[in-house]
Amino acid sequence: MSPLLNIHGLSKSFGGFTALNDVTLEIAQGERFGLIGPNGSGKTTLINCVSGALRNEAGSIVFDGKNITALPAYRRTRLGIARSFQIPRPFKSMTVLENLTVPLDYVVHRGGLHRAQEVERESLEILRDIGLADKARTPSNRLSQVELRKLELARAMAARPRLLISDEAMAGLSGAEVEEVLKILFRLNQAGITIIMIEHIMQAVMRFSQRVVCLDAGRIICEGAPAEIVKNPEVQRAYLGA
Amino acid sequence: MKFWIGVAVAFGAAAATAAFVDFDYFFFAAYTVLMFVMLATAWNILGGYAGYVNFGTPAFFGLGAYTAAVLYKAFALPLGLQIAAAALMSGLLGLVAGLLTLRLRGIFFAIATIALTVIMETLFINWRYAGGATGLQLLRPPPMAPFESYIKMLFVLMVGMALASIALARYVERSWLGRGLRALRDSEEAAESSGVPTLKLKVFACTLSGALMGACGAPMPMYLSFIEPASTFNLNYAVGALASPMIGGTAHWLGPVIGALVLSSLQQLVTVTISNEMNVLVVGVLLVFFVVVAPDGILGLLKRIFSRK
Amino acid sequence: MSGELLFEAVLFGVLLGGFYAAVSMGLSVSFGLLDVPHVAHPAMMVLGAYCTWLLVGFGLDPIVAGVVLMPAFFLLGVALYRFYYEAFERRGSEAAVRGIAFFFGLALIIEVGLMLGFGVDQRMVEAAYIGRSLSFGEIRLPMRTLVVFGAALVLTAGLTLYMSKTFTGRAIKAVAQDEPALRLMGANPVRIKQWAFGIATAVAAVAGAMLIIIGPVEPGMDRVYIGRTFAVVVLAGLGSMTGTVAAGLLLGVTESIVLIHPDLGASWAPAVSFLLLLIVLGARPQGLFGR
Repeated sequence: MSPLLNIHGLSKSFGGFTALNDVTLEIAQGERFGLIGPNGSGKTTLINCVSGALRNEAGSIVFDGKNITALPAYRRTRLGIARSFQIPRPFKSMTVLENLTVPLDYVVHRGGLHRAQEVERESLEILRDIGLADKARTPSNRLSQVELRKLELARAMAARPRLLISDEAMAGLSGAEVEEVLKILFRLNQAGITIIMIEHIMQAVMRFSQRVVCLDAGRIICEGAPAEIVKNPEVQRAYLGA
Repeated sequence: MKFWIGVAVAFGAAAATAAFVDFDYFFFAAYTVLMFVMLATAWNILGGYAGYVNFGTPAFFGLGAYTAAVLYKAFALPLGLQIAAAALMSGLLGLVAGLLTLRLRGIFFAIATIALTVIMETLFINWRYAGGATGLQLLRPPPMAPFESYIKMLFVLMVGMALASIALARYVERSWLGRGLRALRDSEEAAESSGVPTLKLKVFACTLSGALMGACGAPMPMYLSFIEPASTFNLNYAVGALASPMIGGTAHWLGPVIGALVLSSLQQLVTVTISNEMNVLVVGVLLVFFVVVAPDGILGLLKRIFSRK
Repeated sequence: MSGELLFEAVLFGVLLGGFYAAVSMGLSVSFGLLDVPHVAHPAMMVLGAYCTWLLVGFGLDPIVAGVVLMPAFFLLGVALYRFYYEAFERRGSEAAVRGIAFFFGLALIIEVGLMLGFGVDQRMVEAAYIGRSLSFGEIRLPMRTLVVFGAALVLTAGLTLYMSKTFTGRAIKAVAQDEPALRLMGANPVRIKQWAFGIATAVAAVAGAMLIIIGPVEPGMDRVYIGRTFAVVVLAGLGSMTGTVAAGLLLGVTESIVLIHPDLGASWAPAVSFLLLLIVLGARPQGLFGR
């Protein structure tokens, strides 16, 4: 079966600084994929290029057989790529529920004539799934860090993606909270959603991923099953320094 | 439903006033106030809902006024068609300016709108057919039935246009369009990744805003029987359109209305009792005050007061 | 258009351009480097021009007056940035809109304040070099333009050297590029930005002195200079000092040529900077030397 996401020769620079250098990788349909690497290695930049928040200078991105390299971000979301942001970016003037209606309006229902009650019902369903149902009417600028992280995921889920990119959704969470988020991601994957997970919490990445790629200084230095990656000396050097 | 009842009442009151009141100054003053209500409402569609500050209201307003004047001079076009043409031209300006500059950050768009105003003014200063720097005299046609007074007709017209603009702004605000605009204002990146076509929405808001400002300017040449660049492209329109929503509140369609009413009345008072310059100073101070201390405007303050009770 | 006339126009444009570059330096720092939407920068300059007028009334030479004003304007700039930071930058991105509106309101207040204080009539100053011209063969150049160009050169050179040679200067450039890194090095970004804004405002004072030497001033002048300074800064590429010089010269020469053009002339000249600005924004928003 052809891969869902095909990144070939991707390069991205900021002025004189090369953030990504000739990155090539494939992600299969339904895969649980982990992306690791030390701070500044280019993980978020890669995600930004895939989601369309940034434009890559070289290379191509093919999603489900379609070349999306030149597409603006909102089109990619409509094709089925959703992501959560590392630093949560809620729509602060809206309640938790309203935050979810945005992707529901613009991705799922495409601004067509749809009933407000139906959209609300769908939002509540997602909120229930993720454990935020009791905060539905709360203004999003009054949420705790954990709740904001969950909202990020919920909003990405509301776009009914085929590929979900979770960018450090678990950073700073307690053990129990990490378990919660992990359970949600497993459930989404079981429902057929391909998931890319970027995390620093190693045990979460190792438990979750079927395949892991390690980035360092904009290059892929290692790729394989979680068990191998952990033992790889290159990876250890990247994290601990030479 | 309540809203439309309110609209009907307002329009009815306006018609009744036109029928029974004969104090001309009232209609002149009211026309000016209503103009600012409409400009503020139009401004807020892009400035309040989407968060892109427009300093160039005079460019759109003035283009509308001149479109109307030139078409009247050339073809004796009736006022209704003048307004339509003005809306079209200024909407087009909004579309082009938006496509050009709304990809960039807010401050660049704001500066570009200042540039637009100066360029528009320069264009019309140098266009002899439109009167050049000295201006164009225009002879008013007789007022349309059932009106006997032209100014009363313009008053009722402006009431209608202001109400229509408010209804439009309200519709945008409450629809999925408005939610998309608010999303992009809160976080453009998150909005894009939630499927919102941010550039398209911004350009839409800019076009609509421009068109309404143009329509607002169209009756101006008939109102004055005269048009010339300096007063048509006057900074006061930029200030009033911007300050009114900032003072009244930008999140809700009522904000620009309240802001324009408060500001216009205050301005009339100050100009009459103190001086014209003092009036601009008052607006400037109020603007800075509200922007710093009460960012949600008068509406925000009222909400806070009433939610505590 | 004779070749000689064109040459004179270009020469005059170069001198004018040097002035525009100096006038835009302050904005290059406050907007180009610090990202402050300082639409009130030209208003500050006009304020400086009027203060110069006051000091000249006490017998000072205009350029000297401009220099004398620098410390006071520096403090004003520091205070203004502090206020802006506390009220807006700290509160996050929704405040960006209000930050722009704030400076717009400030520019209005300054404009009207000047109108109330000095009246709407034009003010000008007199000095030994104002009113006389120097002849270079067939070309006659007004002496005041030469003096201002000289002052502009000194100011530009001084500021560029400051930014590249001194510790604070380089800290300012650093904070524009990588604030978190600076924080990690133990420097306080807010204080550096304050200092930078103070410098930018002090430079505005001198620019004001230059302004009133070049010609008479009136309170509403800041508006045409919003176009000129932002056109220069954007054309240069945000934060580039050398770019500011190049862009200033380009604007000066273009305006000068338009001024003497038989079909265009003085009624088109004020629009030149704004047209240039729109073209740059549309075609190459990162400017000539943008980062």
